[in-house]
Amino acid sequence: MPLKILVTAKRVEDPESKIRVKPDGSGIVTEGVNYKLNPFDEIAVEEALRLKEKHGGEIVVASIGGDKSVTEIRAALAMGADRAILVKHDGALDPVLVSAILAKLVEREKPDLVILGKQSIDDDQNQTGQYLAERLGLGQATNASKTESLESEAEQKKQPGLLLSADGKSVTVLREVDGGLEKLEVSLPAVVTTDLRLNKPRFASLPGIMKAKKKEVKEIPANDLGVDLTPRVIVKKLFEPPRRKGGVKVADVNELWVKLHAEAKVL
Amino acid sequence: MANVLVVAEQHSGSLRKATLHALGAGSELARRLGGKLHVIALGKGIGKMADELRAYADVLVADAPVLEHYLAESYAPVVADAARAAQADHVCAAATAFGKDLLPRVAARLSAAMATEVLSFGGQGAQVTFRRPMWAGNVLAEVELATPVKVITIRPTEFPAAPKSATQGSVAPVAVGVDPGSLKTRFLEFKEVKSARPELTEARVVVSGGRGTKGDFKEVEGLADEVGAAVGASRAAVDAGWVPNDWQVGQTGKVVAPELYIAAGISGAIQHLAGMKGSRVIVAVNKDPDAPIFQLADYGLVADLFKALPELRAKVKASK
Ligand SMILES: Cc1cc2nc3c(=O)[nH]c(=O)nc-3n(C[C@H](O)[C@H](O)[C@H](O)COP(=O)(O)OP(=O)(O)OC[C@H]3O[C@@H](n4cnc5c(N)ncnc54)[C@H](O)[C@@H]3O)c2cc1C
Ligand SMILES: Nc1ncnc2c1ncn2[C@@H]1O[C@H](COP(=O)(O)O)[C@@H](O)[C@H]1O
Repeated sequence: MPLKILVTAKRVEDPESKIRVKPDGSGIVTEGVNYKLNPFDEIAVEEALRLKEKHGGEIVVASIGGDKSVTEIRAALAMGADRAILVKHDGALDPVLVSAILAKLVEREKPDLVILGKQSIDDDQNQTGQYLAERLGLGQATNASKTESLESEAEQKKQPGLLLSADGKSVTVLREVDGGLEKLEVSLPAVVTTDLRLNKPRFASLPGIMKAKKKEVKEIPANDLGVDLTPRVIVKKLFEPPRRKGGVKVADVNELWVKLHAEAKVL
Repeated sequence: MANVLVVAEQHSGSLRKATLHALGAGSELARRLGGKLHVIALGKGIGKMADELRAYADVLVADAPVLEHYLAESYAPVVADAARAAQADHVCAAATAFGKDLLPRVAARLSAAMATEVLSFGGQGAQVTFRRPMWAGNVLAEVELATPVKVITIRPTEFPAAPKSATQGSVAPVAVGVDPGSLKTRFLEFKEVKSARPELTEARVVVSGGRGTKGDFKEVEGLADEVGAAVGASRAAVDAGWVPNDWQVGQTGKVVAPELYIAAGISGAIQHLAGMKGSRVIVAVNKDPDAPIFQLADYGLVADLFKALPELRAKVKASK
C-alpha cells in the first residue's frame, strides 16, 4: 500500500558551529555561522525515502520559516523527497505555533504518516511532534529507533525502521526510552518523531541535487492559514552559561589517584 | 488558580527518583505562586506508590486497567483533566523520556505553552520565568510562557529532591474516562536493558567510554564496577552498536551530574559536554593532548585508556 508521508524540515545552525550570545543578550551572533537541515529531520527524510522505496507513495516536505529555509527544503528534495511546502513566516516560532501550522498542512494534504525530528537542535524543545499529534487526535511514537545498529548489514540495505502492517493500517515503531526500548503499534494516520539510531541519512547525489531544482516548492504565507501567529514561548534574554575552569593535566595515574582520593575525595 | 500539578513517573509500580526532583521544583513554584502542590500518579495497581507520594503533596490517583502501560495518548487527557480539577496553572514533570513524550500532549490539551529542561526559575513573585538551555547548552535562555496555563519539564540534576514532609497529604481518586477502544496507539512490549549497576542519572560516579574504546568497553566497565559506578557513552560508541542506546550522555541523550565523571576515549564534542558538564569533578583520559575535553576537565590525563583505566582500578582496589 503506497504511503503519503509529510516530513518536516527545519533550518538550524550547523551543530559544528560555535554559538555565541550577542553582548545585549537579544540573540545569537549569526556571522560566520553555517546553516543546515536539522539533523533529526535528515533522519526523518531518510526514513520517509526508505518507506517509499519499499511501499511506494509520495513524500511532501514542510518547512516553516523565512525565504532562506528554501535551502534546507532543497536539501531534503535533493535526498529524494517529491515536493515541498514552505510556510513563510519571518517572526519568532515556537512549538505551539509550528504545530498549529503543521496541523493545517495535515488537514490539506491528508498524509498517512507525519515524520518529524524528535528535537530541533537550536531550541532543543522536543515538543512539536507531540503537540501536533494531540491537536490532530492522532497516535504518536516519539524517539523512533531500531534494533539493528547503524553499522549493521541491515542498515547497509537501507531498510526502514518503521514496519508497516500487512493491511497497511498501522506502523510498528521501536522507541528509545529510559531503561530500554519500547515497541508500539500506531494506527495510521500517525505522528512519528525520529531518534539518532533510526538510520544514517544518505548524501544527496549530484543528479539528485539537479532534479531538486525542478521540484515544486509551494509557498504559503503563514497569514493565509488562519492560525494565530502570536508566539507563546517568549525568549526574553539569552546569556552565556557559566564556564568551567578546567585544563589541569596530571602526569600519571598515580597523581590522578592522589587528586581524586586524597584531595577531591571522590574515589 | 495558582496551584501546581506534578506528574509522577513510575517503573513497575515504583516511583522514579527523578519525580522527587520534579516535586522539589514543584514546591518551589507553589511557594512562589502562593498555591498548593498536587501530584498525580497514573497506572494500574499503584496504591502503594500513591501512598508513598503523600509525604510530598496532595495526591491524585488515576488507577485503571487502561493505564497499565504508559501511552501519551491515554495519559494526556487524564493529566489535563486533573490539572483543571486541581486548578493548577503550572504542570511539571521531570525531563525524562516519559516527561518529554507526555507533557507536550498535556500542554496541547490545556492550550498551554511549554518549556523543556528547565534549570531554574527567574522573574519576580508570581511572574515566573524559566531558564533553560538552547543550542546544546551553548546558550541559556530566560523564557516566558505567555499562556494562562504553563507546562514545564525540569532537569532533575538542577533541583534538589523534595524532602519528606511530617504531614501526610490527602489522596483522591480521579476519574479515568479513557475508552480503550478509541486509542490509536497500542503498547506491544518493553525490552528492558537490565543492569545491576546504578542508574546513569542517579549514580555518584559515572565512567563513560567513546570511540577511543574501539568497541572494547571491558576496561570502562571494569573500572565502573570496581567503584560502583554507572557506565555512560558518547554518541559515537552508541551509534556503532557497541553499547545500549540509553547509555548515551549528551544533548540528545541523558544529562548527568555525578560527583565524579570519568570520560575515557571521548573527544569532548559540545553535544557530549551538554550532558555532563554539571558534574562536580570531571576526569578525562585521552591519547590526544589537544582533545577539547581537556579544556573542561578538572584533571586531564594524556594516556592510553587501556593502560590508564586498569591502573586506576588497581589503585581503587588496593585502597579498599
Ligand atoms: C544532532 C546531534 C546530536 C548529538 N548528540 C550527542 C549526544 O547526545 N552525546 C554525544 O556524546 N554526542 C552527540 N553527538 C555527536 C558529537 O558531535 C560527537 O560526534 C561525539 O560525541 C563524538 O564521540 P567520541 O568523543 O566518542 O568520538 P571522537 O570524537 O572520535 O573521539 C574519540 C577520542 O578518543 C581518543 N582516543 C582514541 N584512542 C584512544 C585510546 N586508546 N585511549 C585514550 N583515548 C583514545 C581520541 O584521541 C579522540 O579524542 C551529536 C551530534 C549531533 C549532530
Ligand atoms: N520551523 C519549523 N519548520 C519545520 N519543521 C519544524 C519547525 N520547527 C520544528 N519543526 C519540526 O519539529 C521537530 C521538533 O522540534 P522542537 O519541538 O522545536 O524541538 C523538528 O525536528 C522538526 O522536524
